[in-house]
Amino acid sequence: MDTFQETIFKLKHYWSDRGAIIQEPYDVEVGAGTMCPETFLRVLGPKPYRVAYVQPSRRPADGRYGENPNRLYKHQQLQVILKPTPDDVIDQYLGSLEAIGIDLRKHDLKLEEDNWESPTLGAWGIGWQVMLDGMEVTQFTYFQQCGGFDLELVPAEITYGLERLVAFLQGVESVYDIQWTRDVKYAEVRLADEIQFSTYNFELANVDRLWRLLGEYEAECKELLAKYWDAPDKKRFPVLATYDQVLKCSHLFNLLDARGAISVTERVGVIKRVRDLAVGTAKIWVDSQQPEVTA
Amino acid sequence: MSDFLLEIGTEEIPHWMIPSALEQLRKLDLFGATPQVDATPRRLVVWASGVAERTAESEQVVKGPSLTAGDKAAEGFARKQGADVSALRKAGNYYELVKRVEGRAVRDILAEALPAAILGLQWPKTMYWTGGKTGPRFIRPIRWLVALLGDQVISFEIAGVKSGNVTRGHRQLGLPAIPVTTANYETELRKNGVILSSEERRKKIEAECIGLGAKIDPELRETLTFITEYPSAIRGDFHPAYLDLPAEVLTTVMRHHQKYFSVESAPGKLAPHFVAVLNTSEDPEGLVKHGNERVLKARFNDARFFWNVDQQKKLVDRVDDLAKVTFQAKLGSYKEKTDRVVALVQELGGDAHAQRAALLAKCDLTTDMVKEFTDLQGIVGGLYARAQGEPEAVAQAIYEHYKPLSMEDSIPASRNGQIVALADKLDTLRECFRIGMAPTGSKDPFALRRAAQGVVKILVDAKLDYPLDSLAQGELLAFLLERLQHYFREVRGFKYDEVNAVLKAGVTTLADVEARLEHVARVRPTPNFEPLAASFKRINNILKQANFESGVVNPVLLEAGPEKELFDAYAGLTASGPLESVAELRPLVDKYFDTIMVNAPDEKLRQNRLSMLSDMLRKFSTIADFSEIVTSGDQK
Repeated sequence: MDTFQETIFKLKHYWSDRGAIIQEPYDVEVGAGTMCPETFLRVLGPKPYRVAYVQPSRRPADGRYGENPNRLYKHQQLQVILKPTPDDVIDQYLGSLEAIGIDLRKHDLKLEEDNWESPTLGAWGIGWQVMLDGMEVTQFTYFQQCGGFDLELVPAEITYGLERLVAFLQGVESVYDIQWTRDVKYAEVRLADEIQFSTYNFELANVDRLWRLLGEYEAECKELLAKYWDAPDKKRFPVLATYDQVLKCSHLFNLLDARGAISVTERVGVIKRVRDLAVGTAKIWVDSQQPEVTA
Repeated sequence: MSDFLLEIGTEEIPHWMIPSALEQLRKLDLFGATPQVDATPRRLVVWASGVAERTAESEQVVKGPSLTAGDKAAEGFARKQGADVSALRKAGNYYELVKRVEGRAVRDILAEALPAAILGLQWPKTMYWTGGKTGPRFIRPIRWLVALLGDQVISFEIAGVKSGNVTRGHRQLGLPAIPVTTANYETELRKNGVILSSEERRKKIEAECIGLGAKIDPELRETLTFITEYPSAIRGDFHPAYLDLPAEVLTTVMRHHQKYFSVESAPGKLAPHFVAVLNTSEDPEGLVKHGNERVLKARFNDARFFWNVDQQKKLVDRVDDLAKVTFQAKLGSYKEKTDRVVALVQELGGDAHAQRAALLAKCDLTTDMVKEFTDLQGIVGGLYARAQGEPEAVAQAIYEHYKPLSMEDSIPASRNGQIVALADKLDTLRECFRIGMAPTGSKDPFALRRAAQGVVKILVDAKLDYPLDSLAQGELLAFLLERLQHYFREVRGFKYDEVNAVLKAGVTTLADVEARLEHVARVRPTPNFEPLAASFKRINNILKQANFESGVVNPVLLEAGPEKELFDAYAGLTASGPLESVAELRPLVDKYFDTIMVNAPDEKLRQNRLSMLSDMLRKFSTIADFSEIVTSGDQK
């Protein structure tokens, strides 16, 4: 039986063998691997790209103080982007399951309709949840639109929920019982995060300060967005830093939401504020990727 | 004559979209042959026998220039058509040319027509996967195409996929590339783990599930039929301790989340088992059974966890939390809705229990259980209310306040449930209409038709005595009347003219409308009824032509004989009395029209006759407007 980390090694290796860049997790808080610039920005524009990375994904509202065996404030996704989508993408994906020790001939596999949409990212796609013996092990999405742009090269996004997948492989009933290594269980590595961040997110986060921070990051982002169009040298312009401000705003929104600080009337408005930043950043990214016109 | 086979090989198509795609493919033009269709999630298949190999030679008439346009024009026309001017013939004032159109190979015609026919299928939501936004759109990527006429491939290409004679087997049970002919296609698929016939899959699912003790749910059976290429059923178990959880929760988890059939030990009593349908042939090592049991256990644990956590905050302490739950962006929160519904329940005469139920009805939207199992809204609220010691009448009203969920569903059983359900739906309708969100055409994002249908069904079935126009006015009243007609016609089976006649006579309470409809429908088949209705229509026309509003009958002016007899007869009847006796007026009415001239030369006499007719018409129009009844003499 493979440990948590061995399964991750095998998946990374599998996708590395298929031409994917293996990236490390992004170092700004995100709610899902999709939000990392490696996905959100790279799927835009005409350049082919293949990348895989593990992304710890923070969802403040999902925290349960470590008391629920299957629900986490921070879970880990293995995110794969194949742009453009190879014709045999599903066979390649099924191969990855075989690679981590699942003999598909002995299991029940179904692809069930599950389309994906993110209003804050101006993004949506068509796809499935992959069901293995009745358990959802992967989200598979053909991106159609991102940051408000119709995509030129449709990428396939494959997102493995690692805790759930490994709990299945190891036959344990609580994610906290997963063997991270032969000697160390998941709980030893991660339980403290769950308890402490649940306490912070639900009880102690200072709502007024979070609102102020949201305003500050938003202002920074807007200022950058406005400056881009007059910038003489687009290649030097910090589009990536601009996008970091979007991620900060998105995470602050999630924190405020978990804290119960966003009223109904405000909610739609705040989502729109974040989406405008995301769409604006997508726009300057696409523009900055245009080949330079030489006179 | 040849056999035809088309297989559109795709990635997994959503099960619920497959039947309508097959209906469209059934209309494929195969030159006289009848297309047969079937599908699995990964293939849409059309086949036919007896397809002509060539189309017959035919004639085409091309209209040419006018005879007066001169010889030059005629010559030019002939040249353009590749014919000699002598081949033209005259038809009326024009030249025309009869062209011989040669027969064509059907294989060539199909090669041209099939790509458009395939890409022209209508789907609820399509995607593109190659060539960007300008690329072809389909429900899921097309990965292979088999197109055969006899032993030859019909050659075409869609999205870079060339048609051929190679199909693919089941993902786990079959080979990835299998050459086929029109004759061996289905058997080759079967050898490779695919049962093409959806009917065969359906029967296999049903037989195996029943064999394992499952309670068959037809909707789930259909889903599974189109989610599998090779279905087989297994039975799994769960710990009987979970039977402590409400059956509603257990069944929802099994059916909606896991697509399992539940198993009962006695009618209405769940047994600690489930039946799962696999998309593979067997589970020799029990791995699939074990996996499914593990998932179900985790789900049940979740449910138990949600239940326990949710009990830490009572429903009544959650009312203020509803301010954070959106009802509709423009309409604010569920807190505001709750306040309105409580007031409305009070207005409708609901007692303290009904008002309490209205206050708590939406609180379960803030519970973990409902956030996870949204189908259980209302039901969970009712169960929690009971567990938290609310009076049974309150718990039951909350439990059933979303009912009826469809026209087939029953209305809430308790009076409190009926009033809360009515107020909840009515509030949604009033508010949505107020901000101009009435449904248009097929667009009805807030399911207002269903809400209106629910209002109608509750009012009728529960015999609630609120006049309809006290509940709604203007556009909303018209919308409710339209749903009312729909309900009485489509659900209750009354004839459309009976419904029109009764509604035209006025709408008070719906129980009254129903009673009058039943009344009309009962008298309708009696021999005197339709001729009488025809006479009433005639009276209506006479009054309309005379522009007659109303008048007072002066009995002194009535002529002895048929006129006086009719007056005495109808005046002696009760307005809302049995229609049978009204129908019996028919001989007198007939005699009246045979002998009396309504438009008498004497204006005073004429006015009196018109007054009498309108008086009679009005008197019996409280039950139904008989002039709306379609009689054999009408064109409809």
